[in-house]
Amino acid sequence: MRPFIFERATSPESAIAAFHADRATSFLAGGTTLLDLMKLDVVRPERVIDINALGANEIEISEDRLRLGASVRMADAEAQEELRRRVPMLTQSLALAASTQLRHMATLAGNVLQRTRCPYFRDVSWSACNKRLPGSGCAAMAGFNRQHAVLGASDACIATYPSDFAQALIALDATVDVVGRRGRRQLPFAKLHVPPGRTPEVETTLAPDELILGFEMPIEPWMSRSLYLKIRDRDSYEFALASAAVALEVDGGAVRQARIALGGVAAVPWRAREAEQALIGRVLDEASCQLAADIAFAKAQPREHNAYKPLLGRQTVARALLQAAAMEA
Amino acid sequence: MKRPPTSQPTTSSGATAREDGVFNRRHFLVGTATSAVLPLSFGTTGVREAVTDAALPTQVPSSSVALLVNGRTHRLILDNRTTLLDALREHLALTGTKKGCDHGQCGACTVHLDGEPILSCLTLVASVEGRAVTTIEGLAQADGALHPVQQAFIDHDAFQCGYCTPGQIMSAVACVEGDRAGSDAEIREYMSGNLCRCAAYPNIVAAIRAAKTEVRS
Ligand SMILES: Cc1cc2nc3c(=O)[nH]c(=O)nc-3n(C[C@H](O)[C@H](O)[C@H](O)COP(=O)(O)OP(=O)(O)OC[C@H]3O[C@@H](n4cnc5c(N)ncnc54)[C@H](O)[C@@H]3O)c2cc1C
Ligand code: SF4
Ligand code: FES
Ligand code: FES
Repeated sequence: MRPFIFERATSPESAIAAFHADRATSFLAGGTTLLDLMKLDVVRPERVIDINALGANEIEISEDRLRLGASVRMADAEAQEELRRRVPMLTQSLALAASTQLRHMATLAGNVLQRTRCPYFRDVSWSACNKRLPGSGCAAMAGFNRQHAVLGASDACIATYPSDFAQALIALDATVDVVGRRGRRQLPFAKLHVPPGRTPEVETTLAPDELILGFEMPIEPWMSRSLYLKIRDRDSYEFALASAAVALEVDGGAVRQARIALGGVAAVPWRAREAEQALIGRVLDEASCQLAADIAFAKAQPREHNAYKPLLGRQTVARALLQAAAMEA
Repeated sequence: MKRPPTSQPTTSSGATAREDGVFNRRHFLVGTATSAVLPLSFGTTGVREAVTDAALPTQVPSSSVALLVNGRTHRLILDNRTTLLDALREHLALTGTKKGCDHGQCGACTVHLDGEPILSCLTLVASVEGRAVTTIEGLAQADGALHPVQQAFIDHDAFQCGYCTPGQIMSAVACVEGDRAGSDAEIREYMSGNLCRCAAYPNIVAAIRAAKTEVRS
């Protein structure tokens, strides 16, 4: 690890003030992504600003809204009884991620800003990685790409976006509360991440000095009929090969509203909006759930080793929808 | 992580324990861990560290840290890069906490921070100032009586080589005390962040199941 200056921020203002545009600066939350990548020499901050003492620890649940502070630990959000009941998808996406220890350390903002697990990105001895070294090429393209994305990727980068929790946020139409040098702003969670395109090194729409303060979302009674289904190589402590966050509003047997987000298969948090549309007005059965699943992966672009993902992804979506349909809302 | 020249512990507790004329295996291991042999014995990072260290300025950015471990405060001046794991092992000679992967993937380095299980390898020591750290050395009582979970690990033969065991026990204590040992399935899920290369898993689950009964009664 390279030497760095360490500072502790006690308020969002002091964190932003400590940010130096001319020196590579990183905010430190739980550190479970940042320290890992600093040890690997992938991320090289000259200045680390510890934001663990600046607050943003609130969990506010009202009749129709939820606010989660940026610094809330995954384990603390996951343990909220009321949330588990009212939006099971959200707490499940947290509980099924990483390990007990990591969830006690990791924050919600850090979670959505975690970096890809692409092995070529994480190992600096590979010279070709457009995300790490813009313009250097992509070692995964002709390399081992079993974990890689089939949706939203580009010819420059096929890395999978790894967070589970982000899929719940995008499914729930969450907004992100952000503050920086130029003041405070709100943006839809769906606008936080950008697909790789020709610049995979650009992952979000945040300015370097901008801090996430929290996440807000509407909660509606029907969201109790929601779940997060995660398929992986082992039963626990593993990233998704494919996952689905689904929520259904059902009225008289027919779907009024559907939310479907996909993890483990796409380059960014992924909402399957066309699949959602296809379900509206329909009765949930094998055929309609399979149809939605097919639509969700209609534009999938598999590579050599991840050719299994569209089929696995379809089965995951169909199963998640059928399970949600069978839930008592 | 290699110990830079500026980071000397300022308390006597940081010194390598070696009673006069006595040389036993434990002291030998502690002694090796604080010497320059360390980076080589932990594989890949040693190589990279050696390269980066060559380019170090003479004065690496350091911080003064008040570290509260097992009820005792230690004042240390440490290179900012020091993880909690390296501070414990190399500066406080608390070598019970183990380094497995150094990247958050194995759980060998598990300690408690304010009572919650965390990974000391992905925690910067400067970021835990003033918070209470408990390590495996802090579980037994002053008279040497083992924590019920420690005793249960012995009774149920819940280890083979023992390398993962301190981390397993720290997670297991949190599992039992946090009332998360309701079923074998719940125990396994709670404990999944602790890998055991010897695959002592069935006995670890049995030990936790037994310790739960012990702690509750
Ligand atoms: C072995 C292992 C397994 C894992 N498995 C999973 C899994 O199955 N599913 C999953 O979803 N995740 C998994 N993770 C990833 C883990 O969840 C993330 O590393 C964690 O959530 C990151 O949060 P943090 O608080 O530690 O972030 P940090 O590492 O502190 O920060 C991450 C990034 O976000 C930035 N940042 C943090 N907070 C803010 C803020 N408020 N405003 C602006 N920028 C900020 C930091 O500067 C940094 O760039 C795993 C990690 C490991 C090591
Ligand atoms: S997939 Fe993206 S992150 Fe992985 S090697 Fe290619 S450019 Fe780098
Ligand atoms: S050494 Fe910390 S998790 Fe492996
Ligand atoms: S007892 Fe050997 S690694 Fe667990």
